[in-house]
Amino acid sequence: MPTHKTLAATGNSVVAEAMRQCAPDVMAAYPITPQTTIVEEFAGFVAKGRVHTEYVTVESEHSAMSACVGASAAGARVMTATSSQGLALMWEELHIASGMRLPIVMANANRAISAPINIHCDHSDIMGARDSGWVTYFAETAQEAYDNTIMAVRVAEHSDVMLPVMTCLDGFITTHSIDRVSVMDDESVAGFVGSYKPKNALLDTDAPVLHGAFAGLGGPYFEFKKQQRVAIENARAVIKSVGEEYSALSGRPFDVVETWGMEDAETAIVVIGSTAGNARHVARDLRAKGQKVGIVKIRVWRPFPYAELASVLKGLKAVAVLDRAESFGAEGGPLYLEVRSALYDAETRVPVVGYIYGLGGADVKLELMEKVYSDLSDIAAGTAAPAGLVYLGAREEA
Amino acid sequence: MKWDISQMGSWTYKQFPPGAVIPEAGNSDDYVTGGWRSERPWRNDEKCTQCLLCWIVCPDSSIRVADEKVTTFDLEHCKGCGICAQVCPVDAIDMVPEGCDLPEVK
Ligand code: SF4
Ligand code: SF4
Repeated sequence: MPTHKTLAATGNSVVAEAMRQCAPDVMAAYPITPQTTIVEEFAGFVAKGRVHTEYVTVESEHSAMSACVGASAAGARVMTATSSQGLALMWEELHIASGMRLPIVMANANRAISAPINIHCDHSDIMGARDSGWVTYFAETAQEAYDNTIMAVRVAEHSDVMLPVMTCLDGFITTHSIDRVSVMDDESVAGFVGSYKPKNALLDTDAPVLHGAFAGLGGPYFEFKKQQRVAIENARAVIKSVGEEYSALSGRPFDVVETWGMEDAETAIVVIGSTAGNARHVARDLRAKGQKVGIVKIRVWRPFPYAELASVLKGLKAVAVLDRAESFGAEGGPLYLEVRSALYDAETRVPVVGYIYGLGGADVKLELMEKVYSDLSDIAAGTAAPAGLVYLGAREEA
Repeated sequence: MKWDISQMGSWTYKQFPPGAVIPEAGNSDDYVTGGWRSERPWRNDEKCTQCLLCWIVCPDSSIRVADEKVTTFDLEHCKGCGICAQVCPVDAIDMVPEGCDLPEVK
């Protein structure tokens, strides 16, 4: 069994620690707020010889992901980290990484996208990269950010998957706040992730291969996309089995959908990331007052856990979905759309209300969570749901 | 596994190697990519000192060398970028618009 060390550390610091313990062959990175301290700390590990990684400093995130793609195709275990505009600048390379089936692991410090300029937390960045074919984890806490990073390596490199994996953590809230984190010893992590044996390494001159071939009109582009779809569907089972194995090692539970109070809940909030903590805090208070409220936290965003969500939400009287990202012109935020879709085949139609909250780091006060639960109890009691999408806490006319 | 490209048309998505990796070495000789050039390099062999600097810098490996001497330009792959002309210390290379007659050797 591993030995555990308890640290007072930031999310970024423990992500860097997890990356060091996974010992990538190559890291190519560009610093961007609030991700910067991940790659800074990692660079420090390289400088001190605490990890033998080829650390490539580049001139932009586009180049960072390009270098990662090249190194991964060459046969290396590769990691990087980014945030916000940096993730946006990587856009075309994100698709190349997944299309070439390269098991790159990247941390993304969730941050708003300009304009206007804003460096604080929301999920606009990852939601913009939503369809790029990356398996995507979300962390509520620094602990989860650490755990997700280690599990991500196994999922990415699994022969049924072979896809890049992104692990998201909320900018500043999780990346920069100091939290209590339990970290395993290096040998246990190294044993868990194992060594990487690439299948088709460009640098294997005994078995020459060609990466990045053309598959144009009449060529098999369509079939390759179908392969990617199959691979990310395969990730569902792999994420679960890796999660179980990791749970046994770390002693911490893991599920793609994590619930609180859902055994007998009548209403629930569905949420991603650090806000789950605030929601749980309020739910606890309301439970103490006898209200049957619950929390459903999504820990894996891609592949989206439709079946798991449908099974925990079916039969509820009302559900609120909190989105920390816009999907302008759509019926609601990205999570709202997915939750509604997950519930479409349920026998009874649960009323679902969509809230947009916390954009650009707007405060997520406990009163706002209380308002959501009180809306839900109104709906459960038969009152009409709030019309349309609710901008939770935005200054509006009375 | 050998990738018999001639059979590709009948393959299902399950039969393609993941990530479109072709388990054979690729060769750019098979693909003519010089077609979008608007200018081509022309070398005055009388001026050329055979320093091979142009050969080193050509990003397309389009300057052919035999017996340690530059010979021809590989116009099936040369993109007409003009780097060779820029670096030549004795101005032996000129960039000539495509379709024009080559300059007479003075
Ligand atoms: S023009 Fe450019 S591509 Fe063509 S031979 Fe000169 S350096 Fe090479
Ligand atoms: S750089 Fe000029 S002088 Fe040198 S080999 Fe090329 S053409 Fe000749």
